[in-house]
Amino acid sequence: MTAQRWRGKRRVEQNMVPRAEFTSYYGKPILNKPVWASPDIPGYLFLGGLAGGSSLLAAGAQLTGRPVLGRIAKTGAFAGGALSMVALIHDLGRPARFLNMLRVFKVTSPMSVGSWLLAGYVPAAGTAAWSALTGRLPRLGAAATAGAALLGPGVAAYTAALISDTAVPAWHDGYPEMPFLFTGSGAMAAGGLGLLAAVAPAGGPAETAPARNLALLGAAMESAALERMEHRIGMVAEPYSEGRGGRYVKAGKLLAALGAAGAALSGRSRTVAATSGVALLAASAATRWGIFHAGLASADDPKYTVVPQRQRLAERAAAAGTGAVAGAVAGTGAVAGDPGTS
Amino acid sequence: MLDSYPDAPPRMGFFTDTSVCIGCKACEVACKEWNHVPEDGLSLSGMSYDNTVGLGADTWRHVAFIEERRPSESGGDLRWLMSSDVCKHCTHAACLDVCPTGSLFRTEFGTVVVQEDICNGCGYCIPACPYGVIDQRRGDGRAWKCTMCYDRLGSGMEPACAKACPTDSIQFGQLDELRGRAEGRVAELVEAGVADARLYGADPNDGVGGDGAFFLLLDEPEVYGLPPDPVVTTRDLPSMWRHVGAAAACMAGAAFAAFAGAAFGRAAR
Repeated sequence: MTAQRWRGKRRVEQNMVPRAEFTSYYGKPILNKPVWASPDIPGYLFLGGLAGGSSLLAAGAQLTGRPVLGRIAKTGAFAGGALSMVALIHDLGRPARFLNMLRVFKVTSPMSVGSWLLAGYVPAAGTAAWSALTGRLPRLGAAATAGAALLGPGVAAYTAALISDTAVPAWHDGYPEMPFLFTGSGAMAAGGLGLLAAVAPAGGPAETAPARNLALLGAAMESAALERMEHRIGMVAEPYSEGRGGRYVKAGKLLAALGAAGAALSGRSRTVAATSGVALLAASAATRWGIFHAGLASADDPKYTVVPQRQRLAERAAAAGTGAVAGAVAGTGAVAGDPGTS
Repeated sequence: MLDSYPDAPPRMGFFTDTSVCIGCKACEVACKEWNHVPEDGLSLSGMSYDNTVGLGADTWRHVAFIEERRPSESGGDLRWLMSSDVCKHCTHAACLDVCPTGSLFRTEFGTVVVQEDICNGCGYCIPACPYGVIDQRRGDGRAWKCTMCYDRLGSGMEPACAKACPTDSIQFGQLDELRGRAEGRVAELVEAGVADARLYGADPNDGVGGDGAFFLLLDEPEVYGLPPDPVVTTRDLPSMWRHVGAAAACMAGAAFAAFAGAAFGRAAR
C-alpha cells in the first residue's frame, strides 16, 4: 500500500499531469500520531458535551419548575463532568501527576484552560446534583446549578479548541466549525438524556418538552457544522467519510436523524420519547468517536500533511507571481526511497 | 521573547549540512549514550540503511537514507541522500505552547526542553508538533525529545551529536552566525553545480518563526520526511478561542430557546 504511494511522484513524471500526488519518506507519516486512546479521549469529548448541555437544561428546569428533568439533568451533568475528568486522568502517562495540570494556567494550552474549567465545574455540578437528589440545602443547590450552567457551555466547547490546536490535519483545519459541532453535539446528548424523563414516574411531555427542543436544535447545529466543515476543508475531510472514523460519523448521522425524528414525532408516547433520547445520546457519542478516529487517520497518512502544504506554497508562489515553487511541485525527478524489490 | 533579560546568552542552534553527511550514525549513538536514551528495538526496516525510521521518544537524532534513481554527471544513476534529523527547537514552539503543566520550557539558550520531573504524560505536545519530533516513551508514560544537550550547554560544551560528527555535517553555534555560514555554503554549492541545494527552517518569517535547528537539503523537504510548509498550530488559537466563545454562546442560546419554545407550546395549548 505504501509502496504505491512513494512511487507517486514517478507517475507524475511519466504522465506530466500535475495531480495531487506527493512525495514522502518511505510512506511514513510526518507527524507523530496522538497517543490518546479510545475510549478515554473520545469518551472525554462526549461526556464533556453531555455535561455542559445538561447543566443548561438543569438551570432551565430549576427556573421553570421541572423537578424530574432537573434531577436527571443535574445527575447527568455531574456524572458526565466527573467521568470526563476520570477519562482524562486515566489517559495520562503519569496519572498520579494529574494535579500538575493546576501548576500553571496557560491560555495557549486548551488542556490547561479545560483543566481549570473542570476544576470549577465538577464541584459545582456535584453540589447541584447532591442537593437535587437529597433535597438538602436548596439555596446552595440553586447557586451551584447556576454556576454549573455558567461554566457548562465552556466545558462543552473547549475540547473543540483542544483537538483543533494540534498539527493533526483533519482536526486543525476544521477549527472554525469544530466548536459549533461540539456544542451542538453536547446539546443533542443533553436533550437526549433529558428525554429519559419521559419514562420517569412523575415525568411526561410537560417535563421533557425543553429537552426535546434542545435535542432538535443541537442535532441541527451538529449536522450543519459537520456538513460545512466537510465541504470547506476539501481532501483533508476524507477521513470523516472513510475508514473507521467515517463509519462512526455515518452511524452518528443515522442515529441523530432517527433520534431527532423520533423526538419530534413522539407526541405523548413516553416510550418513543425515551428511545429517541437513547438514540440521540448514542449519536453524539458516535460522532465524537468518528472525529477522534478521523483525526488519527489524518495524522497517520503523510498525504494529509504534504498535499495541503504544497498547495499552500504553490498558491503563495502564484500570488507572488513567480514560477519557482510551481517547479518544485512538479518535482525535479526525485523518488524518495526506492521501492526496491518488494 | 528571546534575549529578554540582561546578559542573556545568545540563542544557540544546529546547522545540519546534509551535503556532507556520510550516514555514519555517530550522532545517533553519541546522543543515546550521553542522554541515556533507552534501546527501542533492533529490527531491520528495509528502508535503505535507516533502521531508526523516525524521531521519537527514544530517537533524538535520526539519520535518513534516501536512494534516488536519477542520472548524475559523476556516472551511475543512484543518488544517495543522508540527513541527520533532530528537534527543530522552533522559535514558536507548539509543543511548549500547548503543554498544560509547564513541563516544556524555553531555556536561556533559546532551546525547548522537557522537565521530566513535571511532565504528567498528557500527550498534548505530540500531535501539536508539526514535525513529528516529540513522543511518549512506552512504559514510562512521559514525553521525551532532544534537549540540545542542555546539561552540556550549561557547561560550555557542544551537544554530543555535534561533537561526534566526523564531517561537521552537524554544526553547533550561535544561531545568527550559523545562518550566515549556511547561506554561504548554499551559494558555494549552487556555484559548484548543485542547483538543488536549499536551506530548510532558516527563515525567521516561516510558519514557526524559524527553526533553532535548521538544515541544508538537496531535495524537497518531504523527501526527507519533513513538512514542506510547517505552521505552529497556536497561530490560529486566538481565532479558535473566538469560535469557542461563539459556539458556547450559541449553546446557551439554544437552551434558552428550548425553554422559551416549551413555554410557548404550553401557553398555546
